[in-house]
Amino acid sequence: MTEASVSLAAAAAPARRRGAIGTIVAAFNANKTAWLGLAVFLAIALAAALAPWLAPFDPIEQHIADAMTSPNATYWLGTDTFGRDLLSRILWGARISIVIGVASMAAGVIVGSALGLMAGYWGGRIEQLIMRSMDVLLSFPTLIMGLLVVAMLGPSMVNLIVAMALTMVPKFARVARAPTIAIKERDYIEACRALGYSDLRIMFVHILPNVIGDILVLASLWTATAIRIEASLSFIGLGVKPPTATWGGIIREGFDNIMDAPWISLYAGLAVLLTVFALNLLGDGLRDAVDPRLRGE
Amino acid sequence: MVAFIAKRLLSAIPTLLAVLTVLFVIIRIVPGDPAIAILGDNATAEAVAALRERLGLDHPLYAQYRDFLLMIAQGDLGSSMATGQPVWDEVRSTLPYTLELTIASILIGIAFGLPIGALAATNRNTIIDYAARIGSLLGLSFPAFYTAILLILAFSIELGWFPVISQGVPLTDVGNRLYNLALPAISQGLIMVGYVARASRSSILEVLGEDYVRTARAKGLDPRVIILRHVMRNALIPIVTVVGLYLGLLIGNSVLTEIVFNRPGIGKLIVEALSQRDYTLLQGLMIVFAFFIVLVNMLTDIAYGLIDPRVRRQ
Repeated sequence: MTEASVSLAAAAAPARRRGAIGTIVAAFNANKTAWLGLAVFLAIALAAALAPWLAPFDPIEQHIADAMTSPNATYWLGTDTFGRDLLSRILWGARISIVIGVASMAAGVIVGSALGLMAGYWGGRIEQLIMRSMDVLLSFPTLIMGLLVVAMLGPSMVNLIVAMALTMVPKFARVARAPTIAIKERDYIEACRALGYSDLRIMFVHILPNVIGDILVLASLWTATAIRIEASLSFIGLGVKPPTATWGGIIREGFDNIMDAPWISLYAGLAVLLTVFALNLLGDGLRDAVDPRLRGE
Repeated sequence: MVAFIAKRLLSAIPTLLAVLTVLFVIIRIVPGDPAIAILGDNATAEAVAALRERLGLDHPLYAQYRDFLLMIAQGDLGSSMATGQPVWDEVRSTLPYTLELTIASILIGIAFGLPIGALAATNRNTIIDYAARIGSLLGLSFPAFYTAILLILAFSIELGWFPVISQGVPLTDVGNRLYNLALPAISQGLIMVGYVARASRSSILEVLGEDYVRTARAKGLDPRVIILRHVMRNALIPIVTVVGLYLGLLIGNSVLTEIVFNRPGIGKLIVEALSQRDYTLLQGLMIVFAFFIVLVNMLTDIAYGLIDPRVRRQ
């Protein structure tokens, strides 16, 4: 299913105004795997939040004597080259991944949907300017944009979030714009105008609720992508600096010792895969709920 | 058709210009003086001034921008600061590796994704459909480097079927090249299989609901003929879109695949340029990337025109 057809579908049925919560409820009734995705993601997020209490060891404390121990009763997932407990490092690494994933998604959603609403509602030159700029941003694959920004500005958490948000903004702008163009012609928007509502009020109070379903779908899918890209950048060595535990960084250290300690890469990679898969399941379920052609058949 | 292609070619120029401008800006927002960054903090003032002059950093920004565009228009990508080699030479020696990897992953994606999608669509809401949907979602959730690591663990370390590190094999040694390409291409192709399978499923489902398909069924045509001859042609457009859309992702992922398999390629070169702070090489490589992506978008557009005559007339 392409972005455009999802948006068109939403535009075709704006009379049934389902808010964010209505969409989620419908998704879960239509698609049990969405439940699973949400549950797994929330569990991982909870584990990340509780890392200081859940982690059996300090994530950067070195037990040199126990370096590269395979999984056992003390170190459930084994230790790395410095004898640091892998389970603790993966739990702490989840904090970085989830904060960067969610924060960049939030920035992308807010800036992108605002630009898309404005482009769709005002049209004309403003629309041309906004959408052409979005086309340019779209020319950079997420990972390449991340590489460039982080290499130029340095690997801090804020820069990582900015880089990822930059590649997400055009996607949300496109998804918000397409239905806005159709919705702004409807009678109830005409009525709002006649009542003298400001453009901003019409856009954000009266048009946004019709677009929010599509945005939610994209939001969960892009949180997944952001988490994957963050791990990729840390894997290349452009993530948050060591010794801070990041999933990509752990996988890299493990890969450098893959012959002697394959479990390091295996378990850390599994954490990334599980999180990304859970978010994709959630997004997929939401998409089924938002697109009436896929619903309830 | 010629007019359609010419129009598409022309429309790529402003996008390309804009992308080059963004590149110019990004490469120049490096905090601090690039000359000092290259030479180190202990460099003498004369050395820094000389390098600034050589890089054209002593010119005003608009002159730098003009020179930058002029240089590209002449097909000159500059030379590497670290090795002094022309960037073109570096690109020429590594681009074939990235290209063959990209093409092989697309082929794997289509060869496996299309049948899986068709199977899921024709067996809708059966166990086959659910397995295909969950499986393809899992496939595209794999981070590119994780797939690569798993493949190396299984096929190189455990089974010993493939070398742990693939080398740069001469272009002419086809057999050896394919052998070295196998694992990296499977690693990248897996994600593509996921995307293509999902796109095929939904686009075939949509076409299956059309009146003309019902008519074909009512005529008593063989279901296989209906799918292959009548459904596939119209279902192909969204599938081409998806392949075009995710080519960018594939090119980005090639960075990771090339690092894990230690394969020569543009992606690996970019990371090397970054770690050596070789800004001229980085800029040249990014220009190549930008051209590549704008070209892919254009080819995707042209492919629509070839598949669907309605697109041509618009």
